[in-house]
Amino acid sequence: MAYVAVRGGKAAIEASLERLTFERLKSKTHLPVSAVEGGLRLLVDQVMSEGSLYSREVASIAIKQGEGNPEEAVFLLRAFRSTLPRKYYTQTSDSETLRVERRISACFKDIPGGQILGTSPDYSHRLIDFDLCDETEKGIREWLGAYLKKLEGERADGNDSPSDPAESLSLPKVISYLRKEGLLRDRPIDDREPEDITQKSLTFPTTRAERLQILTRGQTGSVTAFGYAALRGYGVMHPTVGELRVGMLPLTVSDPYHPDDGDGDGDGDGYYIGEIKITEVETLIPVPVSRGQGKTEIEFELGYGACFGQNETKAIAMSIVDHCLETKNEKYPTHDEEFVLYHVDSVEATGFISHLKLPHYVTFQSKLDSVRKTRKGELR
Amino acid sequence: MNRRTHFAFFDEGSKREIRRSILKAICVPGYQVPFASREMPIARGWGTGGLQLTLSLVGKTDVLKVIDQGCDESVNAVNIKKLVVATTGIPITDKAEEATLIQSRHRIPEKPLANDQILVLQVPMPEPLRMVEPSERVTKRLHAEKEYSGAYLVLFEDIVRYGHMATGADHPVMVNDRYVMAPSPIPKFDNPKMNMSPALILLGAGREKKIYAVPPYTKVVSLDFEDFPFERESFAGKKCRLCGAGDTYLDELENPVTGVAEYQCNDSDRCLTALKANAGEKK
Repeated sequence: MAYVAVRGGKAAIEASLERLTFERLKSKTHLPVSAVEGGLRLLVDQVMSEGSLYSREVASIAIKQGEGNPEEAVFLLRAFRSTLPRKYYTQTSDSETLRVERRISACFKDIPGGQILGTSPDYSHRLIDFDLCDETEKGIREWLGAYLKKLEGERADGNDSPSDPAESLSLPKVISYLRKEGLLRDRPIDDREPEDITQKSLTFPTTRAERLQILTRGQTGSVTAFGYAALRGYGVMHPTVGELRVGMLPLTVSDPYHPDDGDGDGDGDGYYIGEIKITEVETLIPVPVSRGQGKTEIEFELGYGACFGQNETKAIAMSIVDHCLETKNEKYPTHDEEFVLYHVDSVEATGFISHLKLPHYVTFQSKLDSVRKTRKGELR
Repeated sequence: MNRRTHFAFFDEGSKREIRRSILKAICVPGYQVPFASREMPIARGWGTGGLQLTLSLVGKTDVLKVIDQGCDESVNAVNIKKLVVATTGIPITDKAEEATLIQSRHRIPEKPLANDQILVLQVPMPEPLRMVEPSERVTKRLHAEKEYSGAYLVLFEDIVRYGHMATGADHPVMVNDRYVMAPSPIPKFDNPKMNMSPALILLGAGREKKIYAVPPYTKVVSLDFEDFPFERESFAGKKCRLCGAGDTYLDELENPVTGVAEYQCNDSDRCLTALKANAGEKK
């Protein structure tokens, strides 16, 4: 009860805040924001994705301020996001225009455009690299110099370099192959303007656009856990990764004066405002389809996942959960939209869990009174 | 990067949108109006619903009081006040009668409020039927159909099991004979203060994205049965060890020396005012 006696709360809080700064600074290590941005690329990606705000710089400040705790950094980023007026929505981006840096398919050995491994720790051995302790700026410069020279050499030889980032390009989708053959169930194109879940609170049943918005900003661990549960047995699910892409997606906004150029798609030409790195996943899920008269065929359906930055596990898990929620099944919580969508958000989950640290003595006193009434006579 | 925040944190568009939801809530007493709850610089579950109401309503001439569990200096109350002051510069008071806007977690002030005051309550779980029905889609329908047997059934089962309604704080109320409402986790002691309250009571649930209201002079009845009437927490025979009040909600403390339970006013403003009055009499 000491932490909320009668008076003096204010001084105690100030002292606690000082303590927080002290813990961050006591090692006397100066951590430049640029070091966070440059050296913690994947953490920045994760924080931007869960924070639902694409800014490497602000995310890096948040990570520094939160001492590397993603939950804290995401919280800071979201609160900052609330202060930003919403001026424009980007036009629909076709992910075929993604400038691919990495692209793999688990369905086919050879895909049009080829498998591009790009940047990934997937093929490394997870052994702690103690040499990192002795990394020097000179060493970094030398390595970079040699690497870039090698790329240049390969380019001059006209070789199709496996490592050249300048080679990144727009590629056809793997699934378009299955679509051509009629093995992928075609869905009617839904061109309705999606509801913005940050501007209007959810009502049930939700649309797929709303579900995808919630999932893409979901806590990485939570989305992964739900995806894993569905995969392991608490869902109807046997997916294959049709295609996983990481790359830069160009974004455009409509010309505010000429929002429609009259070609019928309701979109003007738009202004290019930059590009964002995203991970996009399309998983293929075989489903039996009854054709009547006892005849059953198997078709593929698509689960879709996409998120800011390179965040592959989350994007794959998201595609699984997306498909779960598309196909309602009362047997499994992973197919229950309220169960999933209400509980994957980092800020909401961590906020409510942590509120248990607040004083509850009024409510507890009330419960105590109630408990005593039920046990009248037995208590000493 | 140097940034300044807008007056009362939000951009004006956000404030207007929240105020629109507030107006709707006032028009339909006890009905939970969904709103586009923003992420705040304080944690979800720490009063973001109340804070959003406060920030959307606060003007330059307002005077604010914030209490948490009856106390003006509790950690969370201090934190919320700091944010409002930093983004608005408005004066803060501990005295309920001086405030135009009172944000509170889990208490309604002991001092009676007036009809030019607004009380903002922070709400963790706005849905009174949630314990009976986990699905939002279903509870929305139950409210629409005024189907409240579930809420009564919980109380009935308590009576069967324990011999009385064993609810703690957040005992459900019927507002304006239409909507069953969660009064927020105020103790049952405070429930009657909602009935015909001259002050406007607004309730905000940030994480659950709902706003609801008890407009001034609205009928609010705590759910009960004819043969098992609603009862407040009982502090019979106990009084505040500081000011001597026998008609307030009391905190129970253990005297570290004697080990005996002692009691003290939960509402620190009311207790301090009484102490000052007592001191004045003695002089």
